[in-house]
Amino acid sequence: MAEITLNNVIKRYGKIEVVHGINLDIAHNEFVVLVGPSGCGKSTTLRMIAGLEDISDGTVSIGPGVVNDLPPRKRNISMVFQNYALYPHMSVRENLGFGLKIAKQDEATITARVNEAADILGLDELLERTPAELSGGQRQRVAMGRAIVRHPEAFLFDEPLSNLDAKLRVQMRTEIKKLHQKVKTTVVYVTHDQVEAMTLADRIVVMKDGHIEQVGTPMEVFNHPVNTFVASFIGSPPMNLLPARIRGAEVVFTDGKSLPVPTRLADRVRDGQEVIFGLRPDDLTPVGHGIAESGDSARLTLDVVLSELLGTETILYTSIAGQEAQGKMFGPRDVTPGDTLEFDIAMDRAHLFDATTGKSVRAD
Amino acid sequence: MATKRPPFWQREKYTPFLLLLPAILTLLFVVLLPLLFSLYTSFTGYRLIRPESLWQWVGLRNYQRIFADGDFWTAFGRTIIFLTIALNLEFLFGLGIALLINKITWGQRTLRTIMMFPMMFSPILVGYQFKFVFNDNIGILNNALQSLGLSDGAIPWLVDKYLANFSIIFAEVWMSTSVFAILLLAGLFAMPRDPLEAAKVDGCNPWQVFRHITLPFLMPFVFIAMTIRSLDVARAYDIVDVMTGGGPAGRTELLWTLIARTGYDNARMGQANAMAYVSILLSIAFTYYFFTKLLAARKYMGGAE
Repeated sequence: MAEITLNNVIKRYGKIEVVHGINLDIAHNEFVVLVGPSGCGKSTTLRMIAGLEDISDGTVSIGPGVVNDLPPRKRNISMVFQNYALYPHMSVRENLGFGLKIAKQDEATITARVNEAADILGLDELLERTPAELSGGQRQRVAMGRAIVRHPEAFLFDEPLSNLDAKLRVQMRTEIKKLHQKVKTTVVYVTHDQVEAMTLADRIVVMKDGHIEQVGTPMEVFNHPVNTFVASFIGSPPMNLLPARIRGAEVVFTDGKSLPVPTRLADRVRDGQEVIFGLRPDDLTPVGHGIAESGDSARLTLDVVLSELLGTETILYTSIAGQEAQGKMFGPRDVTPGDTLEFDIAMDRAHLFDATTGKSVRAD
Repeated sequence: MATKRPPFWQREKYTPFLLLLPAILTLLFVVLLPLLFSLYTSFTGYRLIRPESLWQWVGLRNYQRIFADGDFWTAFGRTIIFLTIALNLEFLFGLGIALLINKITWGQRTLRTIMMFPMMFSPILVGYQFKFVFNDNIGILNNALQSLGLSDGAIPWLVDKYLANFSIIFAEVWMSTSVFAILLLAGLFAMPRDPLEAAKVDGCNPWQVFRHITLPFLMPFVFIAMTIRSLDVARAYDIVDVMTGGGPAGRTELLWTLIARTGYDNARMGQANAMAYVSILLSIAFTYYFFTKLLAARKYMGGAE
């Protein structure tokens, strides 16, 4: 149980720099999720914390001390790998107890801790099996059990759920969340799945191309994305991003259609500014089919190109100024492609980004 | 209307046998008959120079002689010791080489090829080469030792009881270490990286990672190499025959040099075949042992991936 601090951490492979100066403070018992598309440096960052990759520059501290030069075994962390990385020649019991055995704990302690972990994860029945005799979900649980028996300072998870099927993934996600509530420990969790990030994290770190784009609670990252990348990466279906220009108090799209500038952002934009208008599908809803009436709203009449019924809601594909835009309809009714509907636009939840920098025009 | 029954070789029931006939005949004449013949001769007083002795049935006399024969059992024991030492050395060197080559990132292929060189030579030539190296008068080794001032006399490498056996083992190890190296290297290449990293995080130092993770993973490969090489070494003949001929005075006699001497030099083929059958037991025992180990080691290889 320790805080983890990354201070201007850089990773280079030869001359190629892949992680460009990461600064991050992770508090005691905090669940932090590093999320980003593949190749964004999130796994590399995690592996530098674990000690499996050398740190090219900057410092990583776990607890009070800088750990740059400590081998993984001296960092008192445990890690769950994407491929589980179980020891194939050992039984589940031996897998769980291996770290303790190496640490020369006595038999009684090992047995007690293994049983405790098996109990938490529901592995009691499987202790004498070998990994080859387990299903994917069971292996995943053993991998997590192996991490918790050692009572480490921090848990590191490297895409632990990506090898599981969709249903099991949701189930294991809940178990990880429960586990964190039971075993209070600092967790650093890497994933490319923004849903995992949203559901698990105390704080999300959105990464791209070796940079941190935004750090914040799931709420902050979802409601106040700092730039177009975060806006499009977090949330599903993704936020609609439509190029436009500010003219007076209006946002004018490329085809001449216009919407009023959201009132909370009115004094943040200048006349003639090129912007990107960001709107989540949840905030583009046919009249009468929205979540809730919003204070600052506007209307547009749009053609529906395609509709996908999901059950409680329907995704409607339309186009605004020649760009595809997705809307949502709650309380579904029959919509056929080609229908023209009037849409409510929740302007108080709309975003504006500067077109050249991609940065949010924030009202804060 | 009763149709005429076709001749039996055209009946469907016999078609498979008909198709297999070439293979069956080949096996029969090339493997089975010689095997039965040699088994039969081991119960006769067959001598190569007196063909009529082929019909001289002596029952178990050849076998009784073997069990009373000190020379045979010395050779038998020496073969086991020879095999144990050679296999273990080859295993250790092969493992070391494989681990080193696995570490390097540049020139791996070239080194792998170079490593195979000793296997490309005929064992007889390897035998001649080392006979020259170890020769006490003109050998390059004694020459080098003397020039360097490490020794002033001629060391009798191929004459002394221990040195001669050492020299032969040296040649054998030189020639065949690469069998282990190649198989173990293949094992290392096939090894998943994740468990190694997990072990590092779990608190292992490099030695513990090797001892608890790498080595168990390699054991099936080790046992395959052991099986192959135990059969090889148990029938060792060419290198020994060239280097010392089993001598001097039987000091380096192994099973097959003894058997060949009995069968061809002394022309007592019946006796030699009886010895061969007893020696085969040794090979079977080793093969069985290593295969049992292999199966045990492979049980878990089904894969936790």
